[in-house]
Formats: sequence, structure tokens, C-alpha cells
Amino acid sequence: MIYLQLFWEFFKIGLFSIGGGLATLPFLYALAETHPHWLAAKQIADMIAVSESTPGPIGINMATFAGYQAAGLAGGLIATLGEITPSVIIIIFIARFLGRFDKNLYVKDAFYALRPAVVGLISYAGLMLLSATVFPDQGFKLKEAVLYAVLVVLVLRFKKVHPLLWIVLGASAGLLFVLPS
Amino acid sequence: MKGRDVKLWDLYLSFFRIGGLTFGGGYAMLPMLQREVITKHGWVTEEEVLDIYAIGQCTPGIIAVNTATMIGYRKRGIPGAIVATLGEVSPSLIIISLLATVLLHVQDMIWVQRAFGGIRVAVCALITQSVITLAKKSLIDVPTILLYLAVVISTFFFALSPILIVLFAIFFGLCVQAVKRRAS
Repeated sequence: MIYLQLFWEFFKIGLFSIGGGLATLPFLYALAETHPHWLAAKQIADMIAVSESTPGPIGINMATFAGYQAAGLAGGLIATLGEITPSVIIIIFIARFLGRFDKNLYVKDAFYALRPAVVGLISYAGLMLLSATVFPDQGFKLKEAVLYAVLVVLVLRFKKVHPLLWIVLGASAGLLFVLPS
Repeated sequence: MKGRDVKLWDLYLSFFRIGGLTFGGGYAMLPMLQREVITKHGWVTEEEVLDIYAIGQCTPGIIAVNTATMIGYRKRGIPGAIVATLGEVSPSLIIISLLATVLLHVQDMIWVQRAFGGIRVAVCALITQSVITLAKKSLIDVPTILLYLAVVISTFFFALSPILIVLFAIFFGLCVQAVKRRAS
């Protein structure tokens, strides 16, 4: 039963991705490995682009997109419901019994290490993406590598610019320089 | 509960607007959140919003969803929590379903493939930026830097499950901090 499986897989993503939208990325890569007929690893970059350029939380946008890829409209709905269910249960529990959870000493101790670990997980997703884009199938794509270097410099220089603009710029470069090369 | 008079429908609509008008995650939602739940409805105070947001950041799941659930719960209990959360995710469901349908129909066109060829590179650059920004805030001493390197290597080269990494990080954090406290 695909809907039940989808719900369960995204339930786990909601439960273990800590620190917002991009933190769900490594789990999507893991999902592409265990369920390749649901989504392909190389679709994930397109999903991120769409999710960053549309309104709504990025994590939810990606869940809807991945669920849609796997099983159509109902799939998108079920994946999103799966991803938010742990939040709803945990938050209600905290609101009722724990109060200022974020001020708890043990929570702080855990986050001292959770933060760098999550940055590591996002780096992993970034490396997966970069290797698929610049080094696909052991090859090397010069045009992509140059564009990446230029964009990284620009993005770091102009931090306040909305991601949508970089995505539009990327699309224009893709059309202009005939990517993928 | 003093919020008895808050209508579920109003909770749904407010969070629908927040979800539909916030681009990107994290702090991007705060201005919209403040406008809807403080200025317009007076459901919570400025201070409460920041506290709720802080709690939302350190609980599992999407921060925007956690925040919506918490405010909904404070105003109307469990039904409020569910309704506010559904409001927050509804715009995503509608917009992404529409876009995904369109994309699946045009993805074989050559110009769409070229555009996405460039977009993928842009996404790589954006993630690099996020990683650098986050690393500056979280890699603060030797243990955190070592943990970071261990996570990158074990996931990229050995495909270790992210779930295991998260569980290990919690354990690692508790141990390192306990040792630090004993030493001082």
C-alpha cells in the first residue's frame, strides 16, 4: 500500500529532521536510494529549486513535490501529512507538559552537537548535488564548474538577494550557455 | 482558556496567509507571523512569538509548522493546533501540486532542460551559502568541528543513515557537555 508507506517514510523525515527545511534533504537522498521508483536523486535539485522559488516552508514544499512524484496528487497530500504529524504530536506534548523546552539544560547540551551534525548533513546533500551536477558519471563538466564558481562568489557577496533571483539567473545561464553541457 | 472566542476558521485563514505569503523558511516567516497573530488578531504577545519560535527551532520537524501548531494549541487546544497547521501547509499543497503537474508535462522540452541545467548549478551555490552561514554559527570548538567532519565523511563516503547521525549527535552532545562541566 503505497500511501501507507509514503506516510511512514515522511513521518520519519518529520521526526528526525531537526532545524528546518534544508535538514530534510539528506533524508530525501536516503529515500531516493531505498525507493528509487518514488523519486530519482537527480530530481532532488529541481525540487529544491521549485521549493525555494515558491511560497511556503521549503520542507513542506519538498515533501509535497516528492510525494507527488511518487504517487500523484494524493501522494503529495499524504507525504505532507506524514511529515507534519510528528510535529503536531510533539508540540502538543511540549505545550501541555514541558513549557520552555528550549531552556532545558539537556536540550541545550544536545543542540550543541545537533547543530554541527545538521550542518554536516546539509553539506552531504550539497556534495551529492554538486557531484551530480559537475561530476556526473565520473566525468567533469567545465561549464557547470565555472558557473558554480561564479555564482558562489556572487551569492556570498550579495547575501540579502532573494534565492529566487539566483534561480532565475541560473536558468538564464542554462539557456544562454546551453546546459547541461 | 481565554482564547475560547478565537474561531477555528480564523486560525486556519491566518496561517493559510502566513504559509502562502512567506518565501523561504526560517526567519523569513517572522514578519508575516507578527503581522497576523500580533498586530491583526492580538492572539499572542511579541515576546510569546519569539519564545514559540525558539521552541519551534529545537523540536523535530519544520520550524514554520511547529510554530503554527504551538500558537493554534494555545488558542484552541488540540483542534486549534491541527487547524492552524493545516492552514500553514495548504498553500504549499495547492501551489506545488499545480507546479509539479505543469513541470511533468514540460520537462522533456529542450529549453526547459537547459533552464534546469543552470538552475541546478544555482541551487548548488545556494546550498553552499547556507552551509557556510550555518557553519559559522555552529562549528564553535574542536569537538563540534570534528563531529562535523565525521558526519560529512560518514554520510558522503559510507552512506550512513541520517537518522543514526541525529541520534548519535544527541548522545555526543550530552556526553561532551557533561565532561566539560565535570572538568570545570
